Amino acid sequence: MKILTGNDLKTGAVVWWTGVDWSIHVDDAVDAGGEADTVAAREEAARRVNVPYAIEAERIDGKVRPAHIKDRVRALGPTVRPDLTLKPADPDARDWVI
Amino acid sequence: MYLYDQYDQAMVDARVEEFRDQARRRLEGKLSEDQFKPLRLMNGLYLQLHAYMLRVAIPYGTLNGRQMRALADIAETYDRGYGHFTTRQNIQYNWIKLEDAADILADLAEVEMHAIQTSGNCIRNISSDHFAGAAADELVDPRPYAELLRQWSSFHPEFSYLPRKFKIAVIASETDRAAMKLHDIGIRIVSNSEGEPGAAFYVGGGMGRTPMIAPCIREFVPLDRLVTYAEACLRVYNRYGRRDNKYKARIKILVHELGAEEYTRQVEEEFAHLLEQGVEPPIAELDRIRTYFADPDFEDGPKSVDRSDPDFALWVERNTVRHKHDAYVSAVISLKPVGGIPGDASAEQMRLMADLAERYSFDELRVMHTQNIVLPHVRIADLHALWSALDEAGLGAPNLDTIEDIIACPGLDYCSLANARSIPVAQRISERFAAKGRTAELGELKLKISGCINACGHHHAGHIGILGVDRKGVENYQLLLGGSEAQDTALAKITGPGFDEDGIVDAVETAAEVYLREREDGERFLDTYRRIGMTPFKEALYG
Repeated sequence: MKILTGNDLKTGAVVWWTGVDWSIHVDDAVDAGGEADTVAAREEAARRVNVPYAIEAERIDGKVRPAHIKDRVRALGPTVRPDLTLKPADPDARDWVI
Repeated sequence: MYLYDQYDQAMVDARVEEFRDQARRRLEGKLSEDQFKPLRLMNGLYLQLHAYMLRVAIPYGTLNGRQMRALADIAETYDRGYGHFTTRQNIQYNWIKLEDAADILADLAEVEMHAIQTSGNCIRNISSDHFAGAAADELVDPRPYAELLRQWSSFHPEFSYLPRKFKIAVIASETDRAAMKLHDIGIRIVSNSEGEPGAAFYVGGGMGRTPMIAPCIREFVPLDRLVTYAEACLRVYNRYGRRDNKYKARIKILVHELGAEEYTRQVEEEFAHLLEQGVEPPIAELDRIRTYFADPDFEDGPKSVDRSDPDFALWVERNTVRHKHDAYVSAVISLKPVGGIPGDASAEQMRLMADLAERYSFDELRVMHTQNIVLPHVRIADLHALWSALDEAGLGAPNLDTIEDIIACPGLDYCSLANARSIPVAQRISERFAAKGRTAELGELKLKISGCINACGHHHAGHIGILGVDRKGVENYQLLLGGSEAQDTALAKITGPGFDEDGIVDAVETAAEVYLREREDGERFLDTYRRIGMTPFKEALYG
């Protein structure tokens, strides 16, 4: 599947396109399919997101996993500071990235 | 240290308000990202993997307690309680909000700091010897010259849109502690046969994807022609540097393609032209700047310490450096605890370092390009008290220039350019060698890790270097041996095929084993490598 990501304009936080809005949780991402470029242009013009772009991902058991490690690091947070990630209590989160 | 005059302060204050307006217009949608990006980059504001990142300039790595405390306050108020000291003697914050950025710049301006020219194709923060003004072996304090060049290069209209970024280092000793020959311009203050001070110019060095060691293009430029000669070097580059190809745009490529001789000829021609224009600041300005760098009031005192406490003795042995006054030393605060993140410091640690600088080091701190902090002027009589305070706060690691003192760029954990993570590799290597108690046995061994070819972690210059690459979406690490960024500058060579994360830690240990097996009396890792060459290492690594 093809999902859309970018950074929130005000905060810089990593965000994912849910079909109607942007979420900080990658599992909320939907398949943007052939609409990715259109949605990205519209959302950036509306100042809801900064430099959006489409990436490859797959959904496994309801969870979304970006294909590339860089986007998995973006989805979680720095692997060297688990306390600053979106899943500070999850001991398996780092393995999910790698 | 240098203090702003009314012009410095007015310039920085004006820039804050200018950026506040630019950020407001961006947030209101009146500027697109394409329009705003060059404006934010001129103020050190990047967009990185997780958020905006702000890089704050620390000119030649020198700051005082008040400034360090302000950096701590910013970390706590606007970021997530910490900052990252970089290989350019700066500090970066990783979790900045655009809506806060102008307020942060205003807070910085209150303590005579800014983020101007920490990004973009301009002359970046000028770096220098972190022991400047304290080193026993320096000819003079190089910082007045670095400051003069900082003032010349700040907002210089001709050099605001260079073909590519431009980095200058200034030193004043034969020992190079600033990687001088790996800069676009490296300047070493020297004296000629008549004993007059001048500057040797090394031009066209750099790391990145095409590492090069700068050739010396002029061995002696009189100090009252320093700025003029630098301007001539920049003018030739600005005129002929490759603007058509980002990867060939650094001055090192121009010097290499023209040849050092032809580049020098053109610089000399431009220099002669500029001398007629009178671009050099009056020598009175240099004299004015020099007064800010006068020695503090050193006092006589004990020249040795009681080393009966073995932990303290080890720290003194490893982390203090001879000072030009025999009752003082320069003390290095390691930001490399075993298993820690190289260069990171919490707000609490920054405040402690500020307190200790005020109490023990004439209110001065230095950021090292190796991502540690120096208290440059510590009385030997105060060393035990200083160490006790550092040790209690987890800042007493006795590992300067050892395999635990690793330079690591932020890597894929933070940086949008990176291909692989650097920090976890550094953590695992320091843990491996500390656990086996082999750090002291290995002696001086400089290990440097970059998460991509841009080489922010200086991997080309490591006795052991590691370069993270992306191999079909999987992190892979190349091992390099034999680099140096000191006065014996050398570029490291790749050993062979890369390793995965586990494999690279083992590979470093294998290289260390070869060194221990082959070394002769008094040899460092680098000396042994130079004597025996790559072959024994390759045989051990690849069989």
